[in-house]
Amino acid sequence: MLMLEGKKVMKHFGGLVAVHNVDFGINQGEVVGLIGPNGAGKTTLFNLISGSLPTTAGEIRYKGEKITGLKPHQICKKGVARTFQSAQTFAGLTVFENALAASLFGKKRAISVPDAEREATELLEFVGLSTVGAVLARDLPIANQKRLEVARALATKPELLLFDEVMAGLNPAEVARAMELITKIRNKGITLFMIEHVMKAIMKVCDRIIVLHHGSKLAEGTPEEITTNKKVIEVYLGE
Amino acid sequence: MFVAILDVVIGGLIMGGIYSLIAVGLSLQYGVGRVLNISHGEFIMLGAFSTWSLYTIFGISPLVSLVICGPVMFIIGFLIHRALFQYLRGKSESIGAFADSSLLASFGLLFIIQNVALLLWKADIRGYSYLDSSVNILGAIFTANRLVALLFAVVISLAFYIFLTRTRLGKAIRAAAEDPATAQVMGVNIHRVLAICFGLGALMAGFAGPLISMMYEIQPTMGLEYTIIAIIVVVLGGLGSITGSLIGGFILGLIGSIVTYFDPGLSLIAYYVIFILLLLIRPTGIFGK
Amino acid sequence: MDRVRVSFKKHVPLGLLFVTFVLLATIPFYVQPYLVILLTTIFMYIIITVSWAIFSGPTRYISLASAAFFGVGVYASAILGKTLPLPIVIAFGGLVSFILALFIGLLTLRLRGMYFIIFTFGVSELIRHSLLWWEANITGTVGRWVVVVDHTTVYYVMLIIFVMALLITYLIRRSRLGLALRSIGEYEESAAHIGINVTALKTITFAISAFFMGAAGAIMATRWTYIDPHIAFSPLFSFMPVLMAIFGGTGQIYGPVLGAAVLAYLEEILTTKFPYYYMLLFGIILIVVILFLPHGLVGLVQRWRKGGSKRQNANA
Repeated sequence: MLMLEGKKVMKHFGGLVAVHNVDFGINQGEVVGLIGPNGAGKTTLFNLISGSLPTTAGEIRYKGEKITGLKPHQICKKGVARTFQSAQTFAGLTVFENALAASLFGKKRAISVPDAEREATELLEFVGLSTVGAVLARDLPIANQKRLEVARALATKPELLLFDEVMAGLNPAEVARAMELITKIRNKGITLFMIEHVMKAIMKVCDRIIVLHHGSKLAEGTPEEITTNKKVIEVYLGE
Repeated sequence: MFVAILDVVIGGLIMGGIYSLIAVGLSLQYGVGRVLNISHGEFIMLGAFSTWSLYTIFGISPLVSLVICGPVMFIIGFLIHRALFQYLRGKSESIGAFADSSLLASFGLLFIIQNVALLLWKADIRGYSYLDSSVNILGAIFTANRLVALLFAVVISLAFYIFLTRTRLGKAIRAAAEDPATAQVMGVNIHRVLAICFGLGALMAGFAGPLISMMYEIQPTMGLEYTIIAIIVVVLGGLGSITGSLIGGFILGLIGSIVTYFDPGLSLIAYYVIFILLLLIRPTGIFGK
Repeated sequence: MDRVRVSFKKHVPLGLLFVTFVLLATIPFYVQPYLVILLTTIFMYIIITVSWAIFSGPTRYISLASAAFFGVGVYASAILGKTLPLPIVIAFGGLVSFILALFIGLLTLRLRGMYFIIFTFGVSELIRHSLLWWEANITGTVGRWVVVVDHTTVYYVMLIIFVMALLITYLIRRSRLGLALRSIGEYEESAAHIGINVTALKTITFAISAFFMGAAGAIMATRWTYIDPHIAFSPLFSFMPVLMAIFGGTGQIYGPVLGAAVLAYLEEILTTKFPYYYMLLFGIILIVVILFLPHGLVGLVQRWRKGGSKRQNANA
């Protein structure tokens, strides 16, 4: 089933074209990577999908339903969750409260507080943060803040998860652990669309990769196809 | 009819000149330093009252006071920034937190400065007459002091514009306003530039105060209204745009003059309506990013 | 409302609260009328500050519209007080403020930070000046007379509004709404992305906070007997709650109460004995608090308690 579909998606900021005529499709259960040089429009595309920004033109559909024009909280309740490039956790709240808030509000149906608390606890364990539940989010090291963002996104019971550079700023050991987490999430049946710069990870984990450059889609294909694609190599020196 | 139009237009330019000055001052403090200085008007008030005292006690011409008050206000502003806002900036955990705490600190300044003025000059309305002979321009009559005020306002604005575009310090300021991080990397001493910008804001207030005192009666509570007008002009011209503040000041002055022609009591209301509409429809103003 | 586990401790025992309440409820019987009137004024400031903190505390949106909401209540009282019984007038004052806040809240959907602050101030001032112009030019008389109510009744009404405002603050804090508001205050975009309807929650909370301000205004008007736009919509009613809440500290419920009580009392003393000094003192207090006591009196109390437990542990 087509989980997410974008048709001729465009975003202009005054004279600046951030995303230009991008088509994309993500199937259920896939792990799709989104790569491109800095400024290629990747995060902007995510912002368009999650409702952070309105599209200038084009349409985005989630499970066949048009979501362009909806507000972020509405899109979230439909089953799309995301993380942010710079960890945007609730810094002054505890780790537990971060997850709890998402559990309480992220789903279509309201749930009771005890149920939400139980879920939050389970999720913190799933991402490996159960020992720091009472710590303030701002006191976490960056790797754990990213995990918290993941836990928070998962708490909204998404079917599609948008990861914006989850591995940025992580050392190799942390990257390996992050990749394990991604596999765990994938095994739960959640579809993943991820922006990444860490090439090793992307190539290993993704079924397909989309390449953006200057706001337009440059190429699309399996990791092998992308690494051998002349245009991609020209524009974007991988590792 | 023609005389009425001339009356309104020149009257608008006169007010506009003052508005531009005070708006440019506030814009420097907010656009570069990120301090919404709600006590800006109090500096204007201090300039106005110092001029009054210097004139009524020592007979010093307001135009001379202007040259004194401006630099004195600059120094006071510079020192306040160093002592208060720089410290706050270091302590704040984010730009947002700094914006809030600096706004509140400037509230504190407002209270303190206004109270000091009340202690020094009492609460009465003051005024003096200087250059109040009438000048006839093609049928429209203005007192000389108002025309002189306009002249000075325009000259100061022009001088400032040249300063910003031609001098090294001016360019450093503009660089710091655009992109503080890069500016710092390029060798601009950000801390000094920020303090200077705040001081320059106070300088503008120090110039505007004497000019206002020449034209109107003054009282220690006059400051807030000017601060608000400065904020409105800055939003009108666009946050972060000095040119916007200059042009916006004249636009607002003209609007005020037109509204005053029909009903003086409505001018402030007109400003507020414009302000609110701007914030709702186009918060970036005319030239803002 | 449901209970949410919160990470800060509640340390005011219920018994103490009850005793305080009984004390306050019976004060008019054994105390000079002057003190009752003083307490009424202090309650007014406490209510406005606590109400302000209901919205502005967790969301970190500094609202300067308090004067508008308070003033609307004052005017509702002046206009309706002659024809309607007191409880209805007060409820009406609260209701009109509530609706005004809904309206303003929906208008300011996209405004954040500094823009929100100056917008709320602009709206307050616009109302004040427009009303003044209207009275001066259309109706011909500036100001109105308000039906007089005896000071004991005024005191009790204030006490009730105070208790209600405090109760609502407590309930919201411990509910999922409170968690949502704090999330919005921490990072609004993230809050929206985890399913929080940011606009709806901000607006309704803003309106709730306005309700109490309006009710307080409605009853205070009867104390003043004569009101005009300058009295009802004075910008000080917008500035003071901010100052008092910051001074007291927004981290705990008692922060705004303490901050408002101390500063309101200080203002009373100073305006009678040293009217030319109270602004100076308040300004200095504000700057000192911003620089050295960012969490206000609450922060001071918490630091003292931590120091106490450290000393205990050191001796153990």
